[in-house]
Amino acid sequence: MAEAEQRELTYVDAIIEGARTILIEQDNAFIAGEDVGGAGGVFGSYRGLLEEFGPERVVDTPISEEGIVGLGVGAAATGLRPIIDIMFMDFMGECMDEIANQMAKMRYMFGGSAKLPVTVVTMSGGGRNLAAQHSQSLEAWLCHLPGLKVVAPSTPYDAKGLLIAASRDDNPVFTVMNKMSLANRGVVPEASYEVPIGKANVVREGDDLTIITYSRMVSESLSAADALAQDGVEAEVIDLRSLQPMDTDTIIESVAKTHRAVVVHEAVRFGGLGGEIASQIQELAFDELDAPVSRVGAPFSPVPFSAVLEQTYLPNADKIVAESRSLIGA
Amino acid sequence: MSTPSDDVLLDIHRRMVRIRTFETEAGRMAEAGKIPGALHLYVGEEAVAAGVMVHLSNEDWITSTHRGHGHLIAKGGEFDRMFAELFGRATGYCRGKGGSMHISNMDLGMLGANGIVGAGPPIAVGAAFSTKYRNTDRVAVTFFGDGASNEGSFHEAANMAALYKLPVVFVCENNGYGEYTPQAKHQAIVDVADRASGYGMPGVVVDGMDAMAVYEAADAAIERARAGDGPTLLECKTYRFFDHVGVRGMGLTYRTDEELAEWQKRDPIHMFEARLAELDVLSKDSAQAIHEEVLAEVRAGIEFAEASPTPDPDTLLDDVYA
Repeated sequence: MAEAEQRELTYVDAIIEGARTILIEQDNAFIAGEDVGGAGGVFGSYRGLLEEFGPERVVDTPISEEGIVGLGVGAAATGLRPIIDIMFMDFMGECMDEIANQMAKMRYMFGGSAKLPVTVVTMSGGGRNLAAQHSQSLEAWLCHLPGLKVVAPSTPYDAKGLLIAASRDDNPVFTVMNKMSLANRGVVPEASYEVPIGKANVVREGDDLTIITYSRMVSESLSAADALAQDGVEAEVIDLRSLQPMDTDTIIESVAKTHRAVVVHEAVRFGGLGGEIASQIQELAFDELDAPVSRVGAPFSPVPFSAVLEQTYLPNADKIVAESRSLIGA
Repeated sequence: MSTPSDDVLLDIHRRMVRIRTFETEAGRMAEAGKIPGALHLYVGEEAVAAGVMVHLSNEDWITSTHRGHGHLIAKGGEFDRMFAELFGRATGYCRGKGGSMHISNMDLGMLGANGIVGAGPPIAVGAAFSTKYRNTDRVAVTFFGDGASNEGSFHEAANMAALYKLPVVFVCENNGYGEYTPQAKHQAIVDVADRASGYGMPGVVVDGMDAMAVYEAADAAIERARAGDGPTLLECKTYRFFDHVGVRGMGLTYRTDEELAEWQKRDPIHMFEARLAELDVLSKDSAQAIHEEVLAEVRAGIEFAEASPTPDPDTLLDDVYA
């Protein structure tokens, strides 16, 4: 048993296992999206599911994002529990009406008579030389829409557990996966389990500053914390896991202990979630702060193609270390 | 092709009268300043909603448009709760959260009026996917206008419905105008139904002022969908007697009074009543009695709405999430 609990999976295999668990557990669940069936997903995240569950439940669609998301909205409102795949998060531009004006608002507009248990799986982030239209981190678009929930798994364990939690939620939930994390390995239980939506995870404890982050920047922040520790600076690292709703309590509790905070995300800094988090901290814990809340994010630019430009663009452990040192005056 | 029984003919007639009377009185209430916001009225297009909806049950789904009251009434919507919604009252179908443009009733299979032109067809495809997934013979009907037939959402939905052979009927209410722009200035075709062949489904054009013609064409399309043979695009040529928004019909700059007068000669309710009189199904006096009965019901609905409480401000954040 102890051995089984230590089983490791990659992030992409954890997505497959999460999706498979959902199809086994929920008769009304199906997966629809571009290349999710015959191709097993362009990232391999649905491999084997068509063969196991058949074309009624693993549905290859035309390249029609608005149609696909609308199918999810209509199917969810009429009693199914769709898993809708938007291959790259950047493609939300093609279906934003169905996301923003239909999926997010239908329940409220109808006075609570509709239920929209739809899970959207999409892939975010740069680092693979896919340039400006296949590399973005657009989660702030979604978090600004009342009616949606948004989660961002950083590990294989969270990818499976948050996906299952999303599928059991009676609201629309976006699970924003990260394409640079697909080969990462981590412990994943074989059993079905949920990572609760709305609860952050303190992944490293420390007393000197709090790094608040999510998705791929969790591992960069942990590397940064290791580097800082060599100088005797102990950083607490919070993996938000859930961006909407956001676990503000855990953030404030940590800041009350460390008195310094840096928010880290891969998304463009201006208008990103970091601004919201910094604002919440100053509203709720101004007196606890020994320094202004600082932010690490991408510069105000589209994601570039060339590797040297892309690596310059992306936040990383070195940038987090530099910002943290500046914050504590070290 | 089934010939409608007298009961069905009378049912279609009553649905049309209910729509006309509700919309006319709703327009009066709006002009009196009692209904806030924007009101897109269905007067003139009644034959379409009535001729289609008489084939559906509460287990069949529809998606509607910003001009959605007629669809809900024809699907069985009750005047008291509809007026309450238009007045923004807590007793409305959407508890005052939706208003005219989002009026809905899930129990009646009505997936909402919709403020976004062209948003309905993909949702109807999802509802049809749902009924097929569950192996039922229920169908989804999506109403949209000539204007919406230029939205990408319509084309994506049409393609997917035909590809998956889903039980959807695409009902285009071609009233000749996309908001204020005449059809000839927003698309290079005359019949929206021509677009059906591009997706591998039949396209049918009917006189949308003739309830009998709509009834027959809808019967065929809906039966085809129920039988598992896939979608149909049914285009109903109709006309908006009022303005795009609000009541005024005459004296508009973007269309002529003569054009309106020509269409009004073919008022769908007058034509249908003449037909029913010919068939000895409904006398002039009986028709008049139905109009009066429905008007009394409409007035009772308005009274109910006016007597209803406004929403408690504490309900503001209710139902953002389940």
